[in-house]
Amino acid sequence: MRTMSVLDMFEFKTDEETGTLPRKEARPKTPLSQIETHEGQPIKIMTRNLSVFYGINQALINVTMDIPQKAVTALIGPSGCGKSTFLRSLNRMNDSILGARTDGKVLIDGINIYAPGINVVALRRLAGMVFQKSNPFPKSIFDNVAYGPRLHGIQNASVLEELVEEALKKAALWEEVKDRLGRSALELSGGQQQRVCIARALAVNPEIVLMDEPASALDPISTAKIEELIHELKKNYTIVIVTHNMQQAARVSDFTGYFYLGSLVEFGTTKKIFTTPDKKETEDYITGRFG
Amino acid sequence: MRSMSVSHPTTHELLSQKGFRLKEWLIERMLVAAGITSIAIILLIFLFLFKEGVQFFKTASPFDLIGKTVFDPYEERHVFKMMWQAVSVLPKYSLIPLICGSLLVALPATIIAAVFGIGCAIYLSEMASAQLREFLKPTLELLAGIPSVVIGFFMLTLAASFFQGIFHTKFRLNAFVGAVGVAIATFPIIVTLVEDALRAVPRDLRDASYALGATKWQTIWDTVVPTAISGISAAMILGFGRALGETMIVVMATGKAPIVTGNIFSSVRTMTANIAAELGSVAQGSEHYYALFLVGSVLFTMTFVLNLTSEIILTKMRRKLRM
Ligand SMILES: Nc1ncnc2c1ncn2[C@@H]1O[C@H](COP(=O)(O)OP(=O)(O)OP(=O)(O)O)[C@@H](O)[C@H]1O
Ligand SMILES: [Mg+2]
Repeated sequence: MRTMSVLDMFEFKTDEETGTLPRKEARPKTPLSQIETHEGQPIKIMTRNLSVFYGINQALINVTMDIPQKAVTALIGPSGCGKSTFLRSLNRMNDSILGARTDGKVLIDGINIYAPGINVVALRRLAGMVFQKSNPFPKSIFDNVAYGPRLHGIQNASVLEELVEEALKKAALWEEVKDRLGRSALELSGGQQQRVCIARALAVNPEIVLMDEPASALDPISTAKIEELIHELKKNYTIVIVTHNMQQAARVSDFTGYFYLGSLVEFGTTKKIFTTPDKKETEDYITGRFG
Repeated sequence: MRSMSVSHPTTHELLSQKGFRLKEWLIERMLVAAGITSIAIILLIFLFLFKEGVQFFKTASPFDLIGKTVFDPYEERHVFKMMWQAVSVLPKYSLIPLICGSLLVALPATIIAAVFGIGCAIYLSEMASAQLREFLKPTLELLAGIPSVVIGFFMLTLAASFFQGIFHTKFRLNAFVGAVGVAIATFPIIVTLVEDALRAVPRDLRDASYALGATKWQTIWDTVVPTAISGISAAMILGFGRALGETMIVVMATGKAPIVTGNIFSSVRTMTANIAAELGSVAQGSEHYYALFLVGSVLFTMTFVLNLTSEIILTKMRRKLRM
């Protein structure tokens, strides 16, 4: 499959006419991801004053955050603090929620994905998503993984087979299912189902993988497998993961953001957040004195 | 001391208490009784129909239900005829023209109702705004509430002439006119059932599809409809059962000629119309009377099997979607 360029997100040629972006950000001489750094890492996703409202209820308040490329960024915080909302705003999944409204900017490789003229289909190919509850389609394992490529017009059977095999290998599931690709994905165990979902997301060649508590419904062994997989994937993908499990955040992530009541309280390397956080609230949450 | 033991029962006392609540026991028994009664009623109808039906074979052979070899005075030779002609010197009781008539009305009716019904259900469940749905759902219920005699009357008077004008058919009243009328009667059921099936598709499956870059239409065709396909088939089977059983509209709009034909613009007689037309004027205990019960038994068996199939499909679907 042809790899995505960020410019594919545009149905129109430039976004200068739309006036949504300063010229410098829209047309960086060197890709932004190489200039902007956070703790020495190039930045893939930047949010600027990102607010999300559900009707009159504000779920995210002015979140400004730099998410480094090819690293794992964990989002932690008590229930209802807006972690899922934040994650879903990174590939505009909130668009389909009735009454949801987004303010501010989300820049992927310097391009504001909320600017008019952005191709949401291309955006979602660029930023795939894995959900909390594994949600394979009631179709065969093969058809699950081939769903995305087929959507994007790939019909050729041998190309599809190749893509499916590649994605299942990346999701560390190939060996377990290669003999029963035609069987229903619902016959698999919970952990295997979740890896089908990961394979399905990887099959469209994204650059970013958003994961919302991908292991919260799994047993410890399946969880360990997923964590191992995340570790492997970060070589090629920018990963953002929501988790309720402190140990998991500490184990898998390079960067951590702590959310509370819709605001980003603190963001930094996982090491710093877990050892010497700047804010008292963060420390209280991490050490379990709260939440 | 006594009050102590009441407020703090020992483990032994707790566990040996009888968990008996009269009200719950009564309600439970009543529900069981209601269930058993309805099953018993169905069984009784079933038995009654068959008991009367089989008596037909006291005087006639099972082969008579297919057809009879009779002398044709015009062709001046014996020919095999599949006819329903109960009032005749030589009565003929072939079920074939009746079954043929029923299918020729019910199949097209189901197809028409399904095409419009599924489209309408997809629109209602996936596209219409909440306000529009609020308006359309009661309208649909209104349509479901139209007595079938009114639909029959409408088909007989206005629609039949209209269709004859379009198709230039030989018979003004024919299977097609009946099928359209029956489709109007089955349409609301199909919409309701299909919409239920579509709405039962979990939101996270749609989300998964959108997250892979699918558009709304791609999500509907590639995820929602395939996931709901058993529910949709169940709705169609149930609709087909209803169409087979529909009586008043076909009595009025199909013309009642009991002939074996595949021509949808031919006048036909369905099993239901046949029973409705003849049972009132037949002598109890006559061969004709028993033959009509046999027709009823066939009809009952067909609709029963259809309903059962649809129920089995639905149960399987619910299990599959883990609902
Ligand atoms: N679809 C929705 N419609 C209305 N309000 C919503 C919706 N989704 C989330 N919210 C509200 O937005 C706030 C943030 O929700 P969100 O799901 O982002 O929290 P979360 O941090 O992911 O919580 P959890 O850890 O329990 O998953 C909550 O107050 C929630 O009630
Ligand atoms: Mg959440």
